[in-house]
Amino acid sequence: MSNQFHVVVCASVVPDPLQTLEPITGSTGPALKNELMLPAILDPWASHALFEGANLVKKVPGSKLWLVSMAPKAKLQQVMMTVAQKVPLQLVALDGPSGGFVDSHQTAAALAKAVAGIPDLDRSRLLLFGGWESASRSAGVTLQLVGEQLGIADQFQGVDSIKVNDDGSFEVLERVEGARHQVSVCIAPPAVLGWATGSLGEPRNDPQVGMQNMRTIMPSLQKAIAAPISPDGLQYSNVATPKQQRETVIVKDKPTDEIAREIVQWITQE
Amino acid sequence: MDTILFLAHTEADGTLAKPALEALGSAVDLTKSLAGSLVVGLYGSAVQPAANSLANCGAQKFFAVEGETFAQARYSTDAAACEAIARASAATIVIAAGTSRNARVMAGVAHRLAGVVDTHVTSVAAATGSVQATRWFYRQRIEGSLTRTGRPWILLLDPGNHAAWTGVAGSVTLEMIGVAVPESLCRTTVTGFVTPPADQQTIRPDADLLFVAGAGWTKKQKDGQPHVPEAETLILDFLKNAKASLGSSKSLVDLSGENQAALRFLSHLNQVGQTGASPRHPKGLATCCHGEEPHTVGWRFIGERRAVNLDAGCGWARGKADVLYVADAFEVMSKVNALLAAK
Repeated sequence: MSNQFHVVVCASVVPDPLQTLEPITGSTGPALKNELMLPAILDPWASHALFEGANLVKKVPGSKLWLVSMAPKAKLQQVMMTVAQKVPLQLVALDGPSGGFVDSHQTAAALAKAVAGIPDLDRSRLLLFGGWESASRSAGVTLQLVGEQLGIADQFQGVDSIKVNDDGSFEVLERVEGARHQVSVCIAPPAVLGWATGSLGEPRNDPQVGMQNMRTIMPSLQKAIAAPISPDGLQYSNVATPKQQRETVIVKDKPTDEIAREIVQWITQE
Repeated sequence: MDTILFLAHTEADGTLAKPALEALGSAVDLTKSLAGSLVVGLYGSAVQPAANSLANCGAQKFFAVEGETFAQARYSTDAAACEAIARASAATIVIAAGTSRNARVMAGVAHRLAGVVDTHVTSVAAATGSVQATRWFYRQRIEGSLTRTGRPWILLLDPGNHAAWTGVAGSVTLEMIGVAVPESLCRTTVTGFVTPPADQQTIRPDADLLFVAGAGWTKKQKDGQPHVPEAETLILDFLKNAKASLGSSKSLVDLSGENQAALRFLSHLNQVGQTGASPRHPKGLATCCHGEEPHTVGWRFIGERRAVNLDAGCGWARGKADVLYVADAFEVMSKVNALLAAK
C-alpha cells in the first residue's frame, strides 16, 4: 500500500514532574542532584507523539512504529516497563545522557544516526515524531536538528492534529500565537512533526502489549548504542532555582463584599 | 568584531510585530556592548515598509528576501530565506524573536550554517566581553546562563523580556537576496487558520490580567452539588468585564479532555505551568487552584499575584501570591462581576 507510514518517535526520559529538582555542578557541568535516583517518565509531549503515532499506525494498514530514545540504559529500562504496556512499538535504544543541560546538537546527531540506521525503514515514508519541546531542555531544537540531518524539508512544530487524506497527503494543525492553529497540507512524507498535546488520552496499560513489546525491547536495551556527549563549546554559569519567596498576606474572615471591592480596585488600578 | 544580525519575518500587513521589535532592542543593546556591527535581515511578502520603520536603528545594512512564496509560515521556504540572509550577512550572532514562525525553523537554519542555536532566551548580555544568554530549563524550574564558542550563534528571545525598540522611520535601501524556490520546497501549503469563535476566545496574551481557574470550580460546593454551568458563566463574565486572559491548572484541562464535568471552553491551550504555557502578564488572579511545585510554575512570569481559595494553606498562594483571600470563589467572583459591570 503506497500510503503507509513509517513513524519514528524520538522521545527522551525526564524526571517525574512532581519531583523537587535541585541543580548541582558535576564533573561535566551542571546536573540535577541525585539525577539517577529520581523517578523518571517518558517526556510528556513526546508521549503524546507516541500515542498519536501508534494511533496513526493502527489506522493506516502496513504502517510501522519505532521509538528512538536516548537515556542512561538503566533509566531507560525502568521507564520502558511502563511505556511498553501502552502501545505496540519497536525500541531503538541509545545509552547516553538525557539531562536538560546536555547539548542538543550532539544529542540530535546521535539520534539522527540511530534513525538512519533502522533496518527496514523506508525514508520516503518517514514521519519523524517527537515532542515539540522536552520537559528537560525545553528548547524545541533537537527534533528539528534530527530532521535537518535526515534531509527532511517539511517540518511542523506544536502539532495538535494530523489528518490523512485519501491521496496520501496529510493536514496538520500547528499551534501559533493567539490560541490559533495554522492549517497546512503536506503532499506526502517525509516530514517532521513536533507534537504538543494532540487529542488522544493516555492509553490504558495492556499487559499483553507489554509482553509482546518486551520480546524486542529487552534485546534492544542490551545492545543499546553508547552515545557519549561532550560539552563542545557550551559552558554554563549561574545555574540555580529561583529563590523568590513572597510574603503572602492571608486575608481571613473578611466579608465577601469587601474582598470583591478590594479585588476590583486592584484590577482596575494602573 | 562581531556582526549581529537582527532577523525577522514581516506580518501579513507588512509590519513588524512587537516581539520582533523587542528582539531588535536586544540586538541594538548587544551591538553597543560588543562594539560590533548591526545588520538587519527581513523576509516576507513585502518588506520595504518594515525596513523603513527601522531606518534609524543603527544597522549598517538591510538584507531582504521578498516574495509571495515567503508570505506563508512554511518551514522549507522560511528556512531557505533565513539561511540566505544569514550567509549574506556573515553574522556571528543572530537575534530573532521567539515567535512560532521563527521557532519552527531556526534550529534547522543553525544546522545549515554549521552554527548553534538557543531558544526561549530571556536575556542576552556581554558584560565580560563574551556573549551570555540566559534561559530556563526543566520548564521554568531552573534558570541558567550559558555561553557558546560555536558561531554563528542564533538566539531566539522570548516575547516580553526586553523593551521594544522605538525610533523614527525613514527610507532604507534594501540588499535583495534571490532565493531559488524549487518545487521540492513547496510540498507544504498553508491553507488557513483555525480561530476559536470570538465568544470562546479566552486567551489574550496582551491582557493586563491572567485569571487562573483551578479544578475547584468543578467540585461539589456547599450544597453537596457541583455547579459547573454557574462556574462557566461567572468565569466568562469576568473575562469579558476585566478583559482578562484565561489560564488553567493541568488538572482542570485534563478533566475537559477526559469528558468529565468540566468547563467547556477550556482546552489544552489554556493550560499554564509545567506542561503548558508560561504567559507573561502584569497581574494574576488564581481561583480554586491547589497544588505545589511544579504546577505553580504557571505563576513564574506574573507580576502582582492574588488568589482566592477556601484553603488557607494552598500551595498556589502561600509564598507565591502577594495576597490570599480565604473565601468562596463563587461568591467573590459573582460580586466582582457585579462591580465590574457597573463601572
